[in-house]
Amino acid sequence: MTSPPSVSKSMTMGEAGLASGLGVFAYVCLFAAAMGHDTAFTFHASLATAASLIAVAAILNRYFARPTGLPPQEIGGRPNYNLGPVKFASAMGMFWGIAGFTVGLIIALQLAWPVLNFDLPWTTFGRLRPLHTSAVVFAFGGNVLIATSFYVVQKTCRTRLAGDLAPWFVVVGYNFFILIAGTGYLLGVTQSKEYAEPEWYADLWLTIVWVTYLLVFLLTLVKRKEPHIFVANWFYLAFIITIAVLHLGNNPALPVSFLGSKSYIAWGGVQDAMFQWWYGHNAVGFFLTAGFLAIMYYFIPKRAERPVYSYRLSIIHFWALIFLYIWAGPHHLHYTALPDWAQTLGMTFSIMLWMPSWGGMINGLMTLSGAWDKLRTDPVLRMLVVSVAFYGMATFEGPMMSIKVVNSLSHYTDWTIGHVHSGALGWVGFVSFGALYCLVPWLWSRQLYSLKLVNWHFWISTIGIVLYISAMWVSGILQGLMWRAYTALGFLEYSFIESVEAMHPFYIIRAAGGALFLIGALIMAFNLWMTVNAGEAREAEGAGVLQPAE
Amino acid sequence: MKAIVSIENLASQLVTTFWTPVFVGIFIAIVAYALWPRNRTGFDAAARMPLRED
Repeated sequence: MTSPPSVSKSMTMGEAGLASGLGVFAYVCLFAAAMGHDTAFTFHASLATAASLIAVAAILNRYFARPTGLPPQEIGGRPNYNLGPVKFASAMGMFWGIAGFTVGLIIALQLAWPVLNFDLPWTTFGRLRPLHTSAVVFAFGGNVLIATSFYVVQKTCRTRLAGDLAPWFVVVGYNFFILIAGTGYLLGVTQSKEYAEPEWYADLWLTIVWVTYLLVFLLTLVKRKEPHIFVANWFYLAFIITIAVLHLGNNPALPVSFLGSKSYIAWGGVQDAMFQWWYGHNAVGFFLTAGFLAIMYYFIPKRAERPVYSYRLSIIHFWALIFLYIWAGPHHLHYTALPDWAQTLGMTFSIMLWMPSWGGMINGLMTLSGAWDKLRTDPVLRMLVVSVAFYGMATFEGPMMSIKVVNSLSHYTDWTIGHVHSGALGWVGFVSFGALYCLVPWLWSRQLYSLKLVNWHFWISTIGIVLYISAMWVSGILQGLMWRAYTALGFLEYSFIESVEAMHPFYIIRAAGGALFLIGALIMAFNLWMTVNAGEAREAEGAGVLQPAE
Repeated sequence: MKAIVSIENLASQLVTTFWTPVFVGIFIAIVAYALWPRNRTGFDAAARMPLRED
């Protein structure tokens, strides 16, 4: 029996399933909001109700607006790339970047002038600090990683992103997680694990989003038209898988009530500390390193119009990083209750990490062979290349600080803050900026509005970083030396508050550096805004021209 | 509590027992694959993948 060709459109399984699932979720969250034990939980449940209803409306709206069929996989023999979610995540990345840098500046000013805490619970350093770290790492960095990974995997596999609603679920769901986490910090909701502060319900939501992310990425790889999986995709995949494992390992918590925000972690004592820094350091290794190395391996060759310097080195770089990084976490727990063998293990693996880190740096820098002159004329490429230089610097400093005797001076001081920011501002920040300066014109088929403004951004931010990290080095070493100074009679030479007082000038310099970095980012946001809204349409010039999606 | 202790033991066993040579062996195999002369052409083509337009 043959049925007549259907002309009426019907919902896909995904549309119907997700819309009804979110409908039920909205209903459940409404009850949770009504019965919540604390204000923050009630607020978050209300947010979830509203967001679910908006999402259901958006899915239905999209269904009614779309033609009978879903967007084709190919148009005229060329892949019909799905760029909508990439655009969304890029824009959110820029937005959260500004937000995160602003909060960073505020807390830097609070350290210099504590009166700026305003004596309000919501604006104290303790609540704003995780807001800053999560906003820059997970909100800014995370959105840039999701955007670039969805772009790169499509381009290098020459296929449309897997799934129809799933990529949208990933980008919107991830940003909803950020919203829940960030507002939670301000309301005092935290499980007090560094970089893993969100409470149990936010963690569960992130798990769902992240598994969907992994599936979208994997299934796109599965349906690739290219036989070879490009090295950037290996780095992205390692990032996605490892973050999933870390998140699950570090967050098994039992809520006090399923209608309240407070929970207790399953791990106890030193095991909890070990899990926390296994998570914490690999968030650095796989979120802030592997993911952004993927950006390096795609965007630097693309921008410099040169092949990857040594593809063989990139394979060795990848596997060495994977084998070594996962063991380095215990160096965060030197001279604690953690067994000595574990501390030494963490230190040894951290030192071994020098090799893949510098191998990767050399590979990134040498990709410019034959194109070094472009550094003079292209500030975007300069930003990308300087980011790799900062990567080399930070990955030299990190292993050095993991050596126990060095750590005895540096630990708990501002040196750590300086080290983190030379990596975060110099490496992660600059490589993300460079990627967004490439990506936004490609996505919207526009010319970049102003290269001159990129140049201003580059120099203002670079000066900002130098001020920041040098102030923190001096302050940190000063602090460490003051804490360990003894008098001839064996008493401590300085009280703690004297070391705090000594740090004051460096805190002002650091805040100035942060302000410059923020100004640079504002210039960038203006530049990208003008690119999208007032930029000239891109000529068919060969490089980077894309077919519009959908 | 018992489960937690055994996870720590597992970690220490991972690095002290046969897993170390196994991981080293896998890594050496990967390096050999990367440096194998016959794979060179394929890798040179892969290095140009970001440059290709469609």
